[in-house]
Amino acid sequence: MQVIKDQVKDEQYPKIYLYQRVVRAKLFIDNNYSNKIELDNISDEACFSKFHFIRLFSSAYGKTPHQYLVSVRIEKARELLRAGQSVSDTCFSVGFTSPTSFSTLFKKITGVSPLQYQASQQQLQAKISQAPLAFVPGCYAYMHGWNENSNFEEAGL
Amino acid sequence: MSITNIHVLDQDRALDFYVNKLGFRLVDDIPMGPDTRWLTVSPPDQPDLQIVLFPVTVSKMFPQETADALIALIKKGVFGCGVLTCKDIHATYEELKAKGVEFIKSPTKEFYGTEALFKDDSGNYFSLQPIDQMTV
Repeated sequence: MQVIKDQVKDEQYPKIYLYQRVVRAKLFIDNNYSNKIELDNISDEACFSKFHFIRLFSSAYGKTPHQYLVSVRIEKARELLRAGQSVSDTCFSVGFTSPTSFSTLFKKITGVSPLQYQASQQQLQAKISQAPLAFVPGCYAYMHGWNENSNFEEAGL
Repeated sequence: MSITNIHVLDQDRALDFYVNKLGFRLVDDIPMGPDTRWLTVSPPDQPDLQIVLFPVTVSKMFPQETADALIALIKKGVFGCGVLTCKDIHATYEELKAKGVEFIKSPTKEFYGTEALFKDDSGNYFSLQPIDQMTV
């Protein structure tokens, strides 16, 4: 892809064009978070110089591109851990290269380690499987008729 | 508020829309039978608010006639489900458009502020507004 960067000053473009380029960079992160991504890759994707790009991205989304990339990776890691994938496989699947750094960052953001998160999610899933209605407000269960011929009473509702 | 509803025509499609297009987080997806499930999502920065993606199916709440009427009204696009806020309405508008979200109004300056309107996959519509104009 041809990188134009700032060959033409922004003011010569309609503002909408700038937004489209920032959005393109965000979608690039969404679609490539599992790969090794450097800030240069992202700013090139958006056809911006690095520092100009960081400023515009932060202004639009309230996070730097790096902060956003980390948030996407941690969110995907939560999904994979919930699904039972090992911590190290999860680490590499979402684009981190060091399980130790991944675990530290995961704990910093979520408050628990990946192993603790996975264990708590597995316990929760086991409880849901045993008594699903215990996790649904009784009024909704009643409206849907879910409590008829079910474990509604066992669930304690 | 802890739990609220959005009536949807198809839970799978709605889940894809709210999670993959709007960026909401899946909270609960609990099977309640062969064709029914408890399905809730939360806006990314509001984990305490669960939105039930509530299917319009015949039940105690919705006898056949009511369900048919409600489905027709949803498809007609008469239900406004609220205001979603974002940091930058133009960036969010371009992003959602790029993801295939249908807008019925592009960002427009009104006397009350800048607003865009978009529809979910069922036909429910939302107002999109920049968060800084919502803080009084």
